[in-house]
Amino acid sequence: MTDQGIGARVLRKEDKRFITGKGKYTDDIVQPNQAYAAFVRSPHAHANVKSIDTSAAEAMDGVEAVLNGHQLTGDGIGNIICGWGITSKDGSPMNMGAWSALATDKVRYVGDAVAVVIADSKAQAQAAAEAVMVDYEILPATSNVLASMKEGAPQIHENAPGNLIFDWEIGNKDETDAALASAHHTTTMEITNNRLSPNPMEPRSAVATFDESEDHYTLYTTSQNPHVARLVLSAFYNVAPEHKLRVIAPDVGGGFGAKIYIYPEEIVCLWASMKTNRSVKWTSTRSEAFLTDAHGRDHVSTATMGFDADNNIVGFKINTKANLGAYMSLFSSSVPTYLYATLLSGQYNIANVYCDVQTYYTNTVPVDAYRGAGRPEAAYLIERMMETAARELGVDPGELRRQNFVREFPHQTPVIMAYDSGDFAGNLDQAKAAADVAGFSARKEEAARRGKLRGLGYSNYIEACGIAPSAAVGSLGAGVGLWESAEVRVNPVGTIEILTGSHSHGQGHETTFAQLVSERFDLPTDNIQIVHGDTDKVQFGMGTYGSRSGAVGMSAISKALDKVEAKVKKIAAHVLEASEDDIVIEGGEVKVKGTDKAMGWHEVGLSAYTAHNLPEGMEPGLKEGAFYDPTNFTFPAGCYICEVEVDPQTGVTEIVQFTASDDFGTIINPMIVEGQVHGGIAQGIGQAMLEHAVYDDDGQLLSGSYMDYCMPRADDVPNYTVSHHSTTCPGNPLGMKGCGEAGAIGSPPAVINAITDAIGNNNLSMPATPSRVWAALQQVSAAQAAE
Amino acid sequence: MYDTTYYRASSVSDATSKLAGTEDGKFLAGGQTLIPTMKQRLAAPSDLVDVSGIDALKNISVDGDTVTIGAACTHAQVAGSSEVAQAIPALVSLASGIGDPAVRARGTIGGSIANNDPAADYPAACLGLGATIVTDSREVPADEFFVGMFETALEEGEMVTAVKFPKPAKAGYAKFPNPASRYAMVGVMAAQTANGVRVAVTGAGNDGVFRHSALEEALGANWSADAAQGVSTDAADMMADIHGSSEYRAHLVGVMAGRAVDNS
Ligand SMILES: Cc1cc2nc3c(=O)[nH]c(=O)nc-3n(C[C@H](O)[C@H](O)[C@H](O)COP(=O)(O)OP(=O)(O)OC[C@H]3O[C@@H](n4cnc5c(N)ncnc54)[C@H](O)[C@@H]3O)c2cc1C
Repeated sequence: MTDQGIGARVLRKEDKRFITGKGKYTDDIVQPNQAYAAFVRSPHAHANVKSIDTSAAEAMDGVEAVLNGHQLTGDGIGNIICGWGITSKDGSPMNMGAWSALATDKVRYVGDAVAVVIADSKAQAQAAAEAVMVDYEILPATSNVLASMKEGAPQIHENAPGNLIFDWEIGNKDETDAALASAHHTTTMEITNNRLSPNPMEPRSAVATFDESEDHYTLYTTSQNPHVARLVLSAFYNVAPEHKLRVIAPDVGGGFGAKIYIYPEEIVCLWASMKTNRSVKWTSTRSEAFLTDAHGRDHVSTATMGFDADNNIVGFKINTKANLGAYMSLFSSSVPTYLYATLLSGQYNIANVYCDVQTYYTNTVPVDAYRGAGRPEAAYLIERMMETAARELGVDPGELRRQNFVREFPHQTPVIMAYDSGDFAGNLDQAKAAADVAGFSARKEEAARRGKLRGLGYSNYIEACGIAPSAAVGSLGAGVGLWESAEVRVNPVGTIEILTGSHSHGQGHETTFAQLVSERFDLPTDNIQIVHGDTDKVQFGMGTYGSRSGAVGMSAISKALDKVEAKVKKIAAHVLEASEDDIVIEGGEVKVKGTDKAMGWHEVGLSAYTAHNLPEGMEPGLKEGAFYDPTNFTFPAGCYICEVEVDPQTGVTEIVQFTASDDFGTIINPMIVEGQVHGGIAQGIGQAMLEHAVYDDDGQLLSGSYMDYCMPRADDVPNYTVSHHSTTCPGNPLGMKGCGEAGAIGSPPAVINAITDAIGNNNLSMPATPSRVWAALQQVSAAQAAE
Repeated sequence: MYDTTYYRASSVSDATSKLAGTEDGKFLAGGQTLIPTMKQRLAAPSDLVDVSGIDALKNISVDGDTVTIGAACTHAQVAGSSEVAQAIPALVSLASGIGDPAVRARGTIGGSIANNDPAADYPAACLGLGATIVTDSREVPADEFFVGMFETALEEGEMVTAVKFPKPAKAGYAKFPNPASRYAMVGVMAAQTANGVRVAVTGAGNDGVFRHSALEEALGANWSADAAQGVSTDAADMMADIHGSSEYRAHLVGVMAGRAVDNS
C-alpha cells in the first residue's frame, strides 16, 4: 500500500509553487495589448448622480475610453442579481433593488462605481479616473439596520418601502409562544453579530479579453466558482452566451466567501474589452477591497429561551434584523435565512423553535456569505444563550448542554434540518478532558494571585455543510442546483488526471483529492494531477464554499472512480482470463487474487487506449465522469473550550488555552484539517476580539485600512489543542462532513463566554476590545459600589 | 502614486539647498510614513530629497551626560545601540517597540519627530526626557518643538539633523498599542531629569503629545506606580475613536504612567 491514502499526513503538493513564489494568480496574467481599468467611485454613501463630465479625462495621456453606466445598460448588460429568492411571511417576493455594474442615476454606498477609465497603464488610468468630474446631489444616508428601519429613513431603493427587503419566518410561532409562556425559567438576550471585512490575502482581480474574430470572451478572475461565474455572466448579465465565454480562475489566494460572487468589476472588464477591443485588467487595491468586497455578518437579534423545572429547553424564539447593504449580492438572502435560522436548534433537542428575520437595505457595501455564513451567527446566538442560561439557573454550563443534547439520529429539528449523525457528549467529554476543566478553579485562584481574572467558556456548535441536495435547496428558493461533477482520465501511461468542479483557493485539493485516488488505486499521489478552475477544461461545477468540496466534490470523484475501477477490472479480467470478481488493484498492479497473474496498472491504461484486445463491445479509452447530488446536508459539530485571562487594569484579554474537539466524519489528511481548524479559529478569535467593519452615521467606512481594521496577528492567537472525535456521515460515500468553516463558527461564543465569565459581566459585544472589556469591568465596579 | 523627482542628498547643505530649489519638495528619510501616503495619493510632492544617505546624520554619540542621535538613525540602530542602552535604556525599549522589523530597519528618528504623528512614540521620548532638537539652522527645546497634531516648530525647508537627549537619573517608557495599527494608543515616558520629573504622553491627547503636569507633580513627590495610578486625567482632553473611548484613554494614562515607573 502507498502511505498516501485516506488518513495520511501528506505534505501539500501545491506548496512548492506557493512558497517559492511560482503561483500563477490573475494579476500575473499579462495579455498582449493589455489595458488597465480604474474605477471612478462614489465618495458619498447616498447621492443622485446629476452629471458626469469625462472630457478632461478623455484628453489625458494614454486614455483609451471613459465609460459610464448609461452606456453599459444601453448595451444590454443586465443588472446584478441575487440568486436565492426568499418569500416574506405574507407571501410576497423579496424586494430586489436594481444594481447596475456602473451606477446610472444614483449611488448607494461609498465605493459604488459610476464610471471606468481604460488606459494604457495603471497610473494613467488612475490619474484619468481622478479627472472625471461627477456632479452629485448628496442624499441623507443610513448605515445600519436600526437607522434604516426608522420612520422617515432615507429610501434607498424605490421598490423597497421602508428599506425592507423581506420579512421571513421559520418554525411554529404559536407553539413556541405557548411553550415559552409555560416555561419555568426564561433567558432573554439582545445579541449583535459584528460586521466583518473578508480580507483574502490576494485582492480581487480580473483580466478580460474579447476576441472579435471569434466573438469570444476569456476572463481570468479571482473566483471560487468559475462555472457559476460564467453561468451568471451569460444567463443574467448578457455579457456573452456560455459557449462564447471562457472563465478561468487560476491560483486564487484565499476567498472566505468574498470571491463567490460576481462583482461589477468583472462585468465591466468584459464589456470594456469588447468596447475597446483590448484586453482589460483590473486589480483591486487594498483600499478598494475594504470598500467593495462583500462584508459578512451584521445581525442584531433578540432571543428568548425557555426551560422547564428540570432545565430542559422547551422553546426558543428569535427575532433577527440583518443588514444586506446597498444591493443584494448573489447569495445574500440565503445567509440570514436558510443558512442561519435552520441551525437555531443547535446541538439540542428543542421541540419548539421560531425565528423571524427582517432584512434591510443600508448605504453600505453589500453583505453576503463570509466563512461560516449564517452558521456563526446561529452558533453565537445559541451558545451565548446556553452559557447565560446556565449562569442564571446556577448550573454547570457544560452539564446544561449535555442534558439537552440530541442523542438519537436521525433527528428532525423544528427548523428543517434533519441531523444524521453525531456524538455531542463524546466531543464535550474529549474537550473537557483535554482542557482540564477539572483543574480550572485552581488555575483561576493562581491567576487571581497575579492580579488576573481568569475565565472559561464553552461552545458546542453544529453547522450544516456539504451544500446541498439540489431539489431541497430549489424548493427553498435557490436558483441553482448544488451538486458537483468530476471526470477521471486515466492516460495511456497510467497517470491520472482528475477534473473537478471544486475550486481550490488555499484548501489543498491538489493533495487531498489525489489522496482519494491514491487510496482507491494504490498509486503514489505524484502520478495524479488535479485539474480545476477552467471552464474550457472542466465539464461543469458549482465551486467551493460551505465546506462542500470534500463531502460533495470528492463524492463526485468517488463515483467516477467507481466507474473507472469497474472498467479496469473488466479489461484485466479479459486480458488475464479471470473472473472480474477476482481482480484486485494493489501495489501498482492489477492482479488475479491468489495467483501470480497480474498486469501493471499502466498496462491496463495502454490496453484501454490501444484497444487491441478489449472485451467484446467495450468502448476504447479509460475516462469516466460523474455528477453527485448530495442526499442531505452534512452536520459537522464539536465542542470548543476557551480559557482567558483578563488584565483588569487595561481590559486586555489573553487567550491562554483553546481546546477543540471536532466531529468532521472521515478525515482525508489530518494535517490539512488541523490547518483549516487553526485558520478558522484564528478568524473566529478575530471576530470575537479584534475585527470590526464600522461605518459612521453618514455611511463613511471608518475601518478602511489595516490602521483601523484589526486582523489577528500571530501573537493574538494561542497554540491550539485540536482533537477529533468523529462519527461517520451516513449521507455520502466517503462519510465526510467538512471542516472548512467549523473553526470560525465555533470559536466566537467560546471566547466571549470565557471573557464574560472572567469579568463577571455578560453585557459585552464583539469585538471584545480592551476598551469594551474595561468598560464592562467599570460597570461591575459601579454596581458593587452601589450595593 | 503621482510622478515625483527623486534626489539623493550627499550632505546637509546639499539637501537644504536642493529642497529650496523645488516647487513643492519634501525631505525623504525612511519613507515609512511618506511613501505610503504618496501611494495612497494623499501626498504629491514635486520632488523628494532623500536624506537617509547622509553619513553625518547616522551617528550616535555619548558625550558626558548628553546622548546625540543623528536624524537619519533608524529605529533598529537605536534599539541595537549599546551606548544608548547604557545611557538611556528607556530609549532602547521605546525604539524596539516601534512598528515591526521592516519599519524599524527603515524608519528614522528625524522622520518620526518631523512628522509628529499624534500616536508616534519618539515625540514622547523627546518631550519626556527634555531633549533638544537640532536643525540645520538652530536648536529647539522639545517643549517648543511639538506644536500640535502633525505640526512642529520646523520652518519651511528646515531640516532636523539630530536630537540631543540629556541623560536622566531614571526613565521608563510604557506603551499601550492600538490593537490594529500598533502605534501608541497611550504611550507614557516618565523621567527623573536634572530639572525635575517630566512625564510626556503620546497617542491619547486631542492635540498630540503633551506633558502631564499632575503626573509630574505626583511622581515628583513619590516616584511609584501607585502614585501614578492615583492621578486622574480629564477625559475631555483625550481622543476617542473606534478603538477606545476618551474615558478609557484617560484611565490608561494613569496605568501606563505606573508601568513606565515600573520600567524605569
Ligand atoms: C507598519 C508601520 C508601523 C509603524 N508603527 C509605528 C509605531 O508603532 N510607532 C511609531 O512611532 N511610528 C510607527 N511607524 C512610523 C515610523 O516610525 C516612521 O519611521 C516614522 O513615522 C517616519 O520616519 P521616516 O524616517 O520613515 O520618515 P519619512 O516617511 O521618510 O518622512 C516622514 C516626514 O518627515 C519629513 N522628514 C523626514 N526626515 C526629515 C528631517 N531630517 N528633517 C525634516 N523633515 C524630515 C518628511 O518630509 C515627511 O514629511 C510605523 C510605520 C509603519 C509603516
